[in-house]
Amino acid sequence: MIAWLLAAPLLLPVPAAGISFALPGRHAARQLLGVAVLCCTLADAVALLVLAERGGPRAATLGGWPAPLGITLVADRLSALLLTVSLAVALAVLVFSAGQDLADAGRAASVSSVAFVPAYLLLTAGVGLAFLAGDLFNLFVAFELMLTASYVLLTLGAGPTRLRAGMTYTLTSLASSLLFLSTIALCYAAAGTVNLADLAGRIGGVPGDVRAALSVLLLVVFGIKAAVVPLHFWLPDSYPTAPAPVTALFAALLTKVSVYALVRTQTLLFPREGDWTLLAVAAVATLLVGGLGALAQDDVNRLLSFVLVSHIGFLLFGLALFDEAGLTGTVLYTVHHIAVQTGLFLAVGLAVRAAGTSSLSRLAAAAPPPAPVAVLFLLPAMSIAGLPPTSGFVAKFALLRAAAGRGGAAAVLVAAALLTSLLTLYAVLRVWRAVFGAGPRRPPPGPRRGEALMLGATAAIVLVGVGVAAGAAELSGISERAAHALLEREGYRHAVLGGSIG
Amino acid sequence: MTTLDLAMAVTVGGLFATGFFLLLDRALMRVLLGVLLLGHAANLLLLLSGGAPGRAPLVPGHGRLADPLPQAMALTAIVITFGVTTLLLALVHRAWQLDGHDEVRDDLEDRRIGTVHDREDAAPPAGPGEAAGRTGQGGGGRAP
Repeated sequence: MIAWLLAAPLLLPVPAAGISFALPGRHAARQLLGVAVLCCTLADAVALLVLAERGGPRAATLGGWPAPLGITLVADRLSALLLTVSLAVALAVLVFSAGQDLADAGRAASVSSVAFVPAYLLLTAGVGLAFLAGDLFNLFVAFELMLTASYVLLTLGAGPTRLRAGMTYTLTSLASSLLFLSTIALCYAAAGTVNLADLAGRIGGVPGDVRAALSVLLLVVFGIKAAVVPLHFWLPDSYPTAPAPVTALFAALLTKVSVYALVRTQTLLFPREGDWTLLAVAAVATLLVGGLGALAQDDVNRLLSFVLVSHIGFLLFGLALFDEAGLTGTVLYTVHHIAVQTGLFLAVGLAVRAAGTSSLSRLAAAAPPPAPVAVLFLLPAMSIAGLPPTSGFVAKFALLRAAAGRGGAAAVLVAAALLTSLLTLYAVLRVWRAVFGAGPRRPPPGPRRGEALMLGATAAIVLVGVGVAAGAAELSGISERAAHALLEREGYRHAVLGGSIG
Repeated sequence: MTTLDLAMAVTVGGLFATGFFLLLDRALMRVLLGVLLLGHAANLLLLLSGGAPGRAPLVPGHGRLADPLPQAMALTAIVITFGVTTLLLALVHRAWQLDGHDEVRDDLEDRRIGTVHDREDAAPPAGPGEAAGRTGQGGGGRAP
């Protein structure tokens, strides 16, 4: 039973992707299938979260081979929580794209391509497997599944500009994937296993310098994929060129999955005492470069991409502290950021769609979009800047409280985080003034079904963000227990290896 | 820990070096070849991580066997790199169709920054203080 539950995030979307390819005729049928499958997967993720919350990590091995050899799937609080939020957001974005498709009926848009829904489902399958993978090689396969689908989504029906951006993105991701594969080979050569739980036990026998090299290699691999400064250059060049739902999906999931993989591997395999100075430096650089980069942009999607980069710094913040309070902050911030960044991209997508341009200077001259869009932008914008009482404030407060009272790297991190919050506030205010500033408002959208669906999907994601703030007490509890389990490690290892921990 | 013989180490190292060198090229076809070589390097490394080459694969009753796990992983990885390479070929072909060549163009943002500087350099200086500041900026920001 538990094996089926664990495998469902992979087993449901992959065949559905194939079936949706074969579905004849209307695009609507494909989208309905996609939405239905994602609903089922989301329900499954919630079930996993409840199970993990009640009884600790759950593991299953597929294919009949026992743990260190076979394909291991593990769901603990962290992975089930992130899986649930990711799938909820993915579902809303798929509905948004269906709405855009309806509204654009007749025009050739990339979201209405035959391959859109299959690639979308494969991407969510990859994300699901990445969160549940119990060994490094499965993690690699999950990343490849996710990234290959994302290459397709980014380049569907692309013109020269998007194709160039897509090539940059594809080649950067591919280089990091091949580096990941080499790291797996080195891990296997050094420790004789790639199963994470098994590796956690055996890595102690590996010489210290080899261990440090492996740790840094994994940091570089996931750093490229998560756009950690100075490995971030590909992100602001590629994400903004895609259609709004694709950008929103990438911003929500891809970088967060990499951050999750970073947190999982570093806490499980390379436990350390005290701050991790290298990561603290990278986090400060990410915070500042992203924040300052956002100020310099004129294209609103590029601006939001830089905001995304800067907030990866917040996610690294907690991991750099490497204690329970810091990791609690990271988990909380990841959940908040998935919902809020997607909401921002979708709301801006609606505004850009109404005005027909994504340049801030030209948007300022155009008539502001209708009031509902303004509200849908304002809520996540306040949240990402960290204004109370939004989810951003709750998550930032958790991080800052973790660093409070600690000197050295933590003090620098706090200063950079506070500065970046101000920079983010300024950046979103620029968008607000240009896009939603004075002038006669456009009339609210007419009775077209598509537009209403897009507004509804955006509202749903914004509500998820509000829900994070409303349920902050519950979420903090789960995050704290997840962080405790990450550092304690025994629960995870016991769930995978059973009684055979040597 | 497993040992690695020199010939294989040199081969893997050479593949990595050539692959990364080709990856830096402007012609997309060469970039693609670079990715192919990098894929080979990674797969070979994976295969080597199972121990010294030359042992029998899974054959019962043959004494010491080669570790089958890295071989399984290498097989999977080969399939993945094959699939991704095919997709990349399609992208290169599409770029060739759209542009008529397979050179990577300059980054749009880079070009925009370049034109901003050109315009600033061409503009007549407004005042002595400002002009000095501006030339300083232009000199620092642009490659000679």
